[in-house]
Amino acid sequence: MTMTEQATGAHHPQPRPRSGGHQPAPENVTGAQSLIRSLEEVGAETVFGIPGGAILPAYDPLMDSSRVRHVLVRHEQGAGHAATGYAQATGKVGVCMATSGPGATNLVTPIADAHMDSVPLVAITGQVASKAIGTDAFQEADIVGITMPITKHNFLVTKAEDIPRVIAQAFHIAATGRPGPVLVDIAKDALQARTTFSWPPVLDLPGYRPVTKPHAKQIREAAKLITQAKRPVLYVGGGVLKAHATAELKVLAELTGAPVTTTLMALGAFPDSHPLNVGMPGMHGAVTAVTALQKADLIVALGARFDDRVTGKLDSFAPHAKIVHADIDPAEIGKNRAADVPIVGDAREVIADLVQAVQKEHSEGHRGDYSAWWKDLNRWRETYPLGYDQPDDGSLSPQQVIERIGQLAPEGTIFAAGVGQHQMWAAHYIQYEKPATWLNSGGAGTMGYAVPAAMGAKAGAPAQTVWAIDGDGCFQMTNQELTTCALNNIPIKVAIINNGVLGMVRQWQTLFYNQRYSNTVLHSGPESNGKEPSAGTRIPDFVKLSEAMGCYAIRCESPDDLDKVIEEANSINDRPVVVDFIVHADAMVWPMVAAGTSNDEIMAARDVRPDFGDNEDD
Amino acid sequence: MSKHTLSVLVENTPGILARIAALFSRRGFNIDSLAVGVTEHPEISRITIVVNVIEELPLEQVTKQLNKLVNVLKIVELEAGSAVQRELVLVKVRADNETRSQIVEIVQLFRAKTVDVSPEAVTIEATGSGDKLSAMLKMLEPFGIKELVQSGTIAIGRGSRSITDRSLRALDRSA
Repeated sequence: MTMTEQATGAHHPQPRPRSGGHQPAPENVTGAQSLIRSLEEVGAETVFGIPGGAILPAYDPLMDSSRVRHVLVRHEQGAGHAATGYAQATGKVGVCMATSGPGATNLVTPIADAHMDSVPLVAITGQVASKAIGTDAFQEADIVGITMPITKHNFLVTKAEDIPRVIAQAFHIAATGRPGPVLVDIAKDALQARTTFSWPPVLDLPGYRPVTKPHAKQIREAAKLITQAKRPVLYVGGGVLKAHATAELKVLAELTGAPVTTTLMALGAFPDSHPLNVGMPGMHGAVTAVTALQKADLIVALGARFDDRVTGKLDSFAPHAKIVHADIDPAEIGKNRAADVPIVGDAREVIADLVQAVQKEHSEGHRGDYSAWWKDLNRWRETYPLGYDQPDDGSLSPQQVIERIGQLAPEGTIFAAGVGQHQMWAAHYIQYEKPATWLNSGGAGTMGYAVPAAMGAKAGAPAQTVWAIDGDGCFQMTNQELTTCALNNIPIKVAIINNGVLGMVRQWQTLFYNQRYSNTVLHSGPESNGKEPSAGTRIPDFVKLSEAMGCYAIRCESPDDLDKVIEEANSINDRPVVVDFIVHADAMVWPMVAAGTSNDEIMAARDVRPDFGDNEDD
Repeated sequence: MSKHTLSVLVENTPGILARIAALFSRRGFNIDSLAVGVTEHPEISRITIVVNVIEELPLEQVTKQLNKLVNVLKIVELEAGSAVQRELVLVKVRADNETRSQIVEIVQLFRAKTVDVSPEAVTIEATGSGDKLSAMLKMLEPFGIKELVQSGTIAIGRGSRSITDRSLRALDRSA
């Protein structure tokens, strides 16, 4: 690509100074310098990215910045998921950067992923020079058009003077209201042109006014329902983590004594060890949590969105329940399930107000009696606990591997999972006690999320241990970022739950496709069968692969070695560690509600449908 | 299925029409007609959308999703009874010396206008509600419609109140 697009130094109108401000005089800079200055001012400490032609001007001043650390990744998808992991672990806006065309399109998957999980993310992409836009120029892609449906908002910047304002707006939009990804596409000539920089710019967003303060009447109504209910459930979603409302949630739960179920996106929002926690709901949820929702007479949804993986067949979901639905996004309320009491607001304010309103109800002598409900819940908990069988052949059980990693992990460890069986087992068999200790791709279900997300989390929280729990399928999608980790002193730990197959898909083939394993075998194990040339080769060798990328790598094949290997991994902190756990291929995720069926049809284990006795319809 | 007319005030920014049209298609809503133009305030455009709503996807979802677009300032549903709705059609009808006078008579009945005449055709301009225009087109059909072009519906509320007032104030405040 030519580098001749000029910096003409043409006159540009200056950003309007804030009235009454005592800000420094505007600096005379290039658009690129203005971008880096803006990133410094918004507090973007870490940026994950890869340079290329169109974004190149921005990388020059980036080299001189002492406040913005750039981590050079190996694939833009890694940059995007790393920014997501960073954001989920730190609560700050994650930032990724890429060049135009393929650089930008490689960000599409992580942006879509962040959109589904409401992660605050700013993606900055270079674009071809403004005059070349629309001419099918080299490395041109309409990334604003491409990402329109998967961003909260996006911008195309063609004038240098717009850069500080747009960056400020992008971070504001990404972080406030319902968080989400924002893409800023900057034409190369805008980066090269001369302009002035002053901060802060004026935020001009007349169409963006998220409602955070809940309506008092709705809160009173909800509190009344909570005290009148016989079988309430607090259905807690990721919004509670996003709003940093976990302390308030604990107060509300203990005040009411209602059972709490935390969704896949909300693990850690309420301690797993807490007696009021009945587990995760949904397709692979705990029997108690799924059944609690089905039998509830009141569901108080807090920052949750009645996703199909939670509700199962929607028209048979929680048939007896009144719904209080609190969410910061009004469009979520009533989208899937009609709400009896809709509450628009920030989860933290909603829950804090609910606490007061419930206290008022209590002081007036209205208190819910859930003792009969807890009798049912406790019976289900005792009868249908989570559990797994050890394989008969003495091989490693994947559930046990994950459980022991959780039990041996240092205090405050962050876990990032890929997508599939290992993700569900990591959700079930690791205890999450604190917020921001569980990172996963919930809505989008993006295989390959774990390694780069763990990298981002470790970069943002270097004092904490970060374990990626990954599958061998997922690992092969994004493991190149281990090189990035090794070279940038980001010592994550990766557990490859290696069953040699695409386990979750294979589980469906086992259950619903007559055990016809079409294209789910990744490699055929350690034994040669004399027929297939791949059998017995264990391709790729994850230990060698990881060593080649600068990691310490271990293989673990026997339950006898399990604890020793995990402890060894935990003891190494000067480089990334990869453990290749060779596990049994036939393990399945239970409980399970088959896709498209009612949550009433939950199976606690294969061919084991829970018996809920005589209370079926009360 | 029910039809609703939405007036959407938007910031006059590049790509806003794409944002709105794409939102409708990806959320599974059907646009019946669409008309766009600037308002009395050059920074604000007004998009009039007639949307066909099916029971499973209520209108409320459309407006809530539209409201989430950062460049959308305001959405108002204009009820048929309290708003004036107009469409414009230009229609080229086959006409010869024998039929021309009959066509002109229809044009007058519907208070339409003949805007172009040639030996084989007349071109008619008509404005009105959708019902009136389809009635006129039905009358013209037997003569042979050679070409038809229709605008989207535009609509404005009756009475002295203006839906742009408050949005303008919001815009002024933030500017």
